[in-house]
Amino acid sequence: MTRAPLSLKIAAIGGLAFLHIPLLFILLYCFTTEEKSYAFPPPGFTLKWFGVVWGRADIWAAVGLSLKVASIATVLALILGTLAAGALARARFFGREPISLLFVLPIALPGIVTGIALRQAFGLMEIPFSVWTIVLGHATFCIVVVYNNAVARLRRLSPSLIEASMDLGADAFQTFRLVVLPNIGTALLAGGMLAFALSFDEVIVTTFTAGQQSTLPIWMLSELIRPRQRPVTNVVAVLVILVTFLPILAAYYLTRHGEAVAGAGK
Amino acid sequence: MHAHAAPIALPAVRFASVVRHFGAVRAVDGVDLSIAPGEFFAMLGPSGSGKTTCLRLIAGFEQPDAGHIEIFGETVEGLPPYRRAVNTVFQDYALFPHLSVGDNVAYGLRVRGIGRADRDRMAREALAMVKLSGMETRRPAQLSGGQRQRVALARALVVRPKVLLLDEPLGALDLKLREEMQSELKGLQRALGLTFVFVTHDQSEALSMADRVAVFNEGRIVQVGPPEEVYERPATRFVARFVGSANVLEAREAQALGGPARPSSLRPEKIALLAPGAPVPEGAALVEARVTDVSYQGPVRRVSVLTGEGLALTAAIPATAAGAMVGATVRLAVPRDAVRSMEGEQ
Repeated sequence: MTRAPLSLKIAAIGGLAFLHIPLLFILLYCFTTEEKSYAFPPPGFTLKWFGVVWGRADIWAAVGLSLKVASIATVLALILGTLAAGALARARFFGREPISLLFVLPIALPGIVTGIALRQAFGLMEIPFSVWTIVLGHATFCIVVVYNNAVARLRRLSPSLIEASMDLGADAFQTFRLVVLPNIGTALLAGGMLAFALSFDEVIVTTFTAGQQSTLPIWMLSELIRPRQRPVTNVVAVLVILVTFLPILAAYYLTRHGEAVAGAGK
Repeated sequence: MHAHAAPIALPAVRFASVVRHFGAVRAVDGVDLSIAPGEFFAMLGPSGSGKTTCLRLIAGFEQPDAGHIEIFGETVEGLPPYRRAVNTVFQDYALFPHLSVGDNVAYGLRVRGIGRADRDRMAREALAMVKLSGMETRRPAQLSGGQRQRVALARALVVRPKVLLLDEPLGALDLKLREEMQSELKGLQRALGLTFVFVTHDQSEALSMADRVAVFNEGRIVQVGPPEEVYERPATRFVARFVGSANVLEAREAQALGGPARPSSLRPEKIALLAPGAPVPEGAALVEARVTDVSYQGPVRRVSVLTGEGLALTAAIPATAAGAMVGATVRLAVPRDAVRSMEGEQ
């Protein structure tokens, strides 16, 4: 093994620092005593903002709405994404490629296009804005994430495993539960966690589909404009980092060893 | 495990004019077939000849486009695999990677709703039958190829199928293991009195294991019969060449050797090399020819010769016999009764 040259090491460290130092500033300003601007260094340190966050009903409403939307969108994505992957992973039929493309398109399209399209569609159909319109908006990209994970794992699954299960007397439902699901389980878990994290911090599509309600990211955006109690936003941001980062970390560790499970029958 | 099946007149598997095509390809093109209960039946043919599709039609993974299939008298068209009393040993074994060996074997019992204790006991018995006792807790990935195949066999047999289907069962094993498994499969089949149907492209495997062999070519059965018959009296040029590489003679050539005036086959090992000056045996024709190629194959040498009339023959002579050198002229004796008409040819 050759060692990386010094310049490459410096570039790598620089890149990582550029990505992560701003996060440290968010953490730092959770504790500042200055509430109107982010002066460096902070004039003093306090824990009072955590108390303020705890006491504010609007934050808890936003957190609750975000958790609710992300949970429903994830469950919806798990069901529909898995079904779609099951249909498209192996079967050969006319129009299969266009349908696969249409499935993946929502994540490639700019969120603003998805958002405007949904808003106009809801308007035309006279559907009032609610939790469900947000959920539908988020489901468009959450399904893609689950679908992509599931379809990749399904394609690695030997088709003779499914035939063997049916041959041994299992019907389609038993085969799915006892053979397919255990073999794609980690992929679904990873896809679901990613979908949850994406939904939890989504802003653009939500802006167009939320009406008067605020999800957490929307609340933060509106809070930044206000002149007072700025560190409150920082405290909430740190909470968001925890809520989105932990599932992604878990998904990474769960799927890291997934190859051995799916490929062992080959 | 199984009492002897009652002697019934119904065939275990019956095909009547079965057709299965994939797009424009007629994979199975009008197959008629009758497999007796308790028979060890081989479907032999090159890849793409339709033999595997026939096996999948019996298992229910494919449905016929035309024709009729019965298993022990029951019409099975339209029946899904899980409603058929047949089980398959897959070519890649298809063991469930997320289950232990014991749970793999017990899978068929589990989906039938048999309780944990009973199915574990039956799985243990099935594993003992294939000499894998004590392997219950292993994962398929921890087993050798031969062991995986035994697990696949135990998993299929534990649910007591009426017919066991084997798709190229020995294809992935090395020679020594293959010979071992051949006799073991044969022994199991005899002990259980079960109908075994197996697919292979290896003629020696088919000949050594099967009670009857069906030779497939281009979606049709070209000959079916006991191994001796298929080997000794090939019905067509294809069978003659595919099973044991026989010499194929045109009517004129067969007649010149004292055989019938019809397209005929001649087994290489029936041709004898005569020592210089030795008399021609009774009932044999003498052929003088020039040796064009010699290939040593252990017990025998395959000697290719060309006669003055332009007839090319291959003879298999004992490797210990001397005198066959490339370019030399040799005297060969061809017994007349070894030149056999191919009844399936015009």
